[in-house]
Formats: sequence, C-alpha cells, structure tokens
Amino acid sequence: MLIALIVILVIAAIIIFWVVGAYNSLVRLRNQVKNSWSQIDVQLKRRHDLIPNLMETAKGYMKHERDTLENITKARSKAMSAESVGDKAQAEGELNGAMSKFFLVVENYPDLKANTNFLALQEELTSTENKIAFSRQNYNDQALFLNNKIQMFPSNIIAGMFNFKEAEFFEIEEDAEREVPKVDFGY
Amino acid sequence: MWELIRLNKRKSMVLFVIMGIFLVVLGYVVGAAYAGPEAGWGGVAVALLIWGIWSLIGYFSGDKIILKMSGAKEVTPDVHPQLFNVVEEMKIASGLPVMPKVYIIDTPALNAFAIGRKPENCAIAVTAGLLARLNRDELQGVVAHETGHIHNRDVQFMTYAGIMLGAIIIISHIFLRSLWFGAGSNRRFRSKSGGKGGGQGQAIIMIVAIVFAILAPIAAQLMYFALSRKREYLADASAVRFTRYPEGLASALEKLANSKEDMPRVNKATAPMYIINPLKKKGRKVANLTSTHPPISERIKILRSIASGAGYNDYQTAFSKVTGKGGALVPPSALADKEKISIRDASPDADKPKAAKNEKRELGDIMRAVNEYVFMACVGCGLKMKIPPDFKKEKFDCPRCGTANKVPLAQMAAAGVILEGVQEAQKRSKEKEQVYHRKGTEWQSFRCKCGKTLQLSPYFSGSHMNCSNCGRSIRIEG
Repeated sequence: MLIALIVILVIAAIIIFWVVGAYNSLVRLRNQVKNSWSQIDVQLKRRHDLIPNLMETAKGYMKHERDTLENITKARSKAMSAESVGDKAQAEGELNGAMSKFFLVVENYPDLKANTNFLALQEELTSTENKIAFSRQNYNDQALFLNNKIQMFPSNIIAGMFNFKEAEFFEIEEDAEREVPKVDFGY
Repeated sequence: MWELIRLNKRKSMVLFVIMGIFLVVLGYVVGAAYAGPEAGWGGVAVALLIWGIWSLIGYFSGDKIILKMSGAKEVTPDVHPQLFNVVEEMKIASGLPVMPKVYIIDTPALNAFAIGRKPENCAIAVTAGLLARLNRDELQGVVAHETGHIHNRDVQFMTYAGIMLGAIIIISHIFLRSLWFGAGSNRRFRSKSGGKGGGQGQAIIMIVAIVFAILAPIAAQLMYFALSRKREYLADASAVRFTRYPEGLASALEKLANSKEDMPRVNKATAPMYIINPLKKKGRKVANLTSTHPPISERIKILRSIASGAGYNDYQTAFSKVTGKGGALVPPSALADKEKISIRDASPDADKPKAAKNEKRELGDIMRAVNEYVFMACVGCGLKMKIPPDFKKEKFDCPRCGTANKVPLAQMAAAGVILEGVQEAQKRSKEKEQVYHRKGTEWQSFRCKCGKTLQLSPYFSGSHMNCSNCGRSIRIEG
C-alpha cells in the first residue's frame, strides 16, 4: 500500500517536473524568436531611415528617373506600415526589388557614383541589407526550433495547453524582375 | 555548428594531454640528468612551474603582447566604416555575443588575424594593405575566416597549445645550452654519485635526456602545426557558411598569395594566427610537416569547386574531391542536420577592379588615418590635405592654390597647442552646424552665420568648408 503510494507520488513528481521543464523550454524558445526578430527589426528600421537620405542625394542627379525614385518611396512607406511578419516580408521584398532597380539605373550616372556622400550611403545600405539577410537566417533558425517543439510529441501537449503559437518564417520572395549583374572574374 | 566547437575542444584536450606528458617527461629526464635519478621529480616541478608562469603571462596579457608585437592599432569606425560594417555583419552571421574589437596593422602587406580566448572578448586585426587592395566581398571573406577562428575556438586552442609548446621549447633550450657552456653541473653530479657504476648510469640518463630534449620540441611543434593546418580548412568552411559566398574568400586568398610585400614583425610563434602564412613567400604546392598553413592554392581550389550551396557539407564534399582524402574534415554529426544554404550573389562593386593608382592613394589614406592624421579640404580649391598629428602651427598654405588654411581645432587640441579663444571656439562647435545646399555646378556665394560672404568654387569637392572670418565649419551638400 505504502509502496504503491510512493510509486504514484514519484510518477506524479516526474510528470510535474517534465511539464515545468517543457513549459520553460518553450518560453525560452519563444523569447529567442522574439529577440532575433527584434534584431531584424532594428536593421529594417535602419534601412528605412537611410533611404530618404539616399533619395535626397540622388534627386539632384537623376532628374529623368522620377518613376524609379517614386517606386522606392512608395515601397518604403508600405514596408514601414506593414505589421505582421508575413506582410513585412512581402513589403521588404518589393522594396528590395525597387532598390536593386535603382542601383542598376545609378550605373548610368557617373557623377552620382563619384559623390562621396552617395558612396558612403551606398555602403551603409549594402551593409544593412547584408545584416538583414544574416539576421533573417538566424531568425528562421530560431523559428524552426520553436515550431518543431510546438508540433512534436510530447511537447505539443504543453504547447496546446498554454496556447503557444507557431512563429511565422521571414521569407523574402526573390523578385522575378530583380537582376543582379553577373560577375565575371576572368579565371 | 556547435559540433565543430565540441569536437575542437575534445581534440584540443587530447593534444593538450600529449603535450603535457611531453612536458612532464622532459622535466623528469632533465632533472635526473642534472642531479641523479632521485631529482627527477624536482625537474618535473620546475618544468610545471615554468609552464605555470608562462600560462599566467599568456592568460592575462597574451592578447596585448601579440597585438603589440604585430604593430596593430585599435581604430574607430570613422577610420574605415566598411571594415566595421563587414565585421558587424559577420558578428551577426556567426552569432558572436559581442562585436569584436577592430585593429588595423599599419603596413602595405596583405594579411589578417584574430585573437581573444573567449568570443566575448576578441579582436580582429587586418593590414592597411588588405583594406586598400580587396573589394567588399573579398574583405568580407577574410573577416569571415577570422570570425570562423573565433567561433570555432581556434584562438583559445592556439593560445594554450602555444603556451605549452613555449614551455617545452624553453626547458629543452636551457638544458642543451647549459650542457654546451656549463661543465659545472656535470662536476656536481660526479662528486655526489662517486662510484664508476653510478657515473655510467648517469651517462645513460644524460644521453636519454639529450635525445629527448632535442626531439620533444620538434614533435610538439609538428603536432601543433598539424592541428593548425586543419583549423585553417575549418575556418575556411565557416567563412563560406557565414558569407554564403565562397568566391569572395577565394579571390581574396589569391590576392594575398600574389602580394609581394613582406609582413613585418612576425615570428614563428605568431605565424599560425594569420590567415596566410606570413613567413613563407610564394605558397608551395605541398604542405609539409613544418608548415603552419595548408598550401594556399589548395585552399582556393577547394573554395572554387564548391558547386551548390554554402553549408558545411558542401565544403566537405569539395574538400574530399580536391584533396582526394576520404577523411572527414567536418564531423559527421555537424553534417547531419542537412542544412541547405544557397550561395548568394556578388556585391555590386565586385566587378570593378580598383585602379592601381587609387589603391596606393587609399592605402596611404588608411595608414594616415590609423596614425591619427586629420583630413581636411582646402578652403580655396577643395584639395584633400592630410595633417600629421604633431603639426603645431595654426595656419598653413595650400600646396596647390596657396590659400591660407586654418588647422581644425580638434587637431590643435590633440597636438597640445593652446590657442586664443579656444573656449569661444568650443562653444561654437556645440552650436548647430550650418549646412549649405549646392544649387548647381557653377561658382556660388553664400553667407556664413558671422555675416561673411563666402565663395564656393565649382571644383570644391570636400564635405566641409571653413569660414575665412570666424573659422566656423560649414557642411556643403549636393
């Protein structure tokens, strides 16, 4: 009788420990996802801040490219107002497309390309785009960890009980129009 | 990713233990050879003491010593913004907890290294020549390789193994030297042991000690180099994964291999830290036992034969194909997660080779910036002028147009020149900067805050212009 009671108590204790552990690891994963998302967000904001400066510098040189510049401004304001991860990913994809078109057009303006201010801004923007790409990878990794945990047995029970939601992946769609000049190193 | 670190730690431990055994045995035989078999353990104690002192020095100031020896200087982002951007990108890609410190080595040679025992406290140093010669993608490749060393804990391993190696070398060196010069110790053991039989036993111990003292450092060194070579490949693999662009590192290595400039202030102890071996010129085809780095041509070949993706498994495939070795470079457990990372496109500036003249100018500018020169544009013609940090005059004439220019105040203060009205000028520097937007490309005039009318030449290309009356700096835009 006593032995049975002890066995039951031990099993109950194990279950409680497991529930607590599983819950905590879910919380930890969710926080990691949030943290890596905020890292992307910082870089996205930085890009949105840089674009007007770049446009301001380019405007004086590119009088005949009003469409290209307007497209960027539009895509930027759309990206800034996007709320969910999916919307943001889509809007950023469009902004990417508009920006790469802009940089293709810039090739026709040697004066602009020689402007030190423009060069510095271009470097900042390139770097910010790289940072977005690298932190996107990190975010998606974390989101995958969380989603696996939420979907897999037995942790899915805990996730269902405490209403953990799956994280959305941040996938920027490659724009079909986006053409990156192919590089020939001549080897 | 973590498997790599774990495996490296395990291998480091094995090597560490073997080297430790070498150290203990060396201490024992040397002690025995000096003062009879019973002094063997005393020898071990001395050996461990030497190692302990070395470790303390290495642990607390190893980084600083290496940086100092290489002539690296810590720089701020404004010296080379692109370098800082690239380092930050790699920090994000590799998931380092903090931003590594950035150092520039003031030499035209092409090389780079990373130091820091912990990822929380690390630094990356690149030469000025590297910054001037490489384009963005190549620079990123080099920085990624160094970040790979930090991420894989190679630096930590190299520091500890290097310390152990140093202790072994020092002990055998002292021992062999003392045999060469000092008959004193010999005399001492002879009088002590007395009988002829004991002398013979001592002689055998002595021979063993000599042989061991010669061989131990060589063997330890070979092990050290062998691991160093493998770690270079691993760091290359990490670099590919971080940048997702193998060609960047490949063409950077090619430029590094073809550079003619010698790296100053390097020795055999610091050589394994650099991205390419700074001591040997013109990479040989084969890596022999004593090279610290794999042949650069082979590294490039591996990078170039990566076909499909940028994961560790893609590097492993290319590695086996090029070297013909079946052995796993990357542990299978790290490959198991089947990561599919696609290779990215080149940066827009990759296709433009820098003109040799610009390269030289850029190199000079970077070296001057590192050495705290101040850059300013001439008030009259916009010529870019470089003022050395110890320049003590208030005014000087432009070498092109002859206009008198004032040295910027920050520069004067740094040079320790006390000047009238410094306080007033400082107050002025706190006020909001005046900005003038250019309206076209012809001669223009505008008014400074102090009321003076200033002329702006169409050839002026600087970002700031000093008022000739009050000395205010006015930003020129457009």
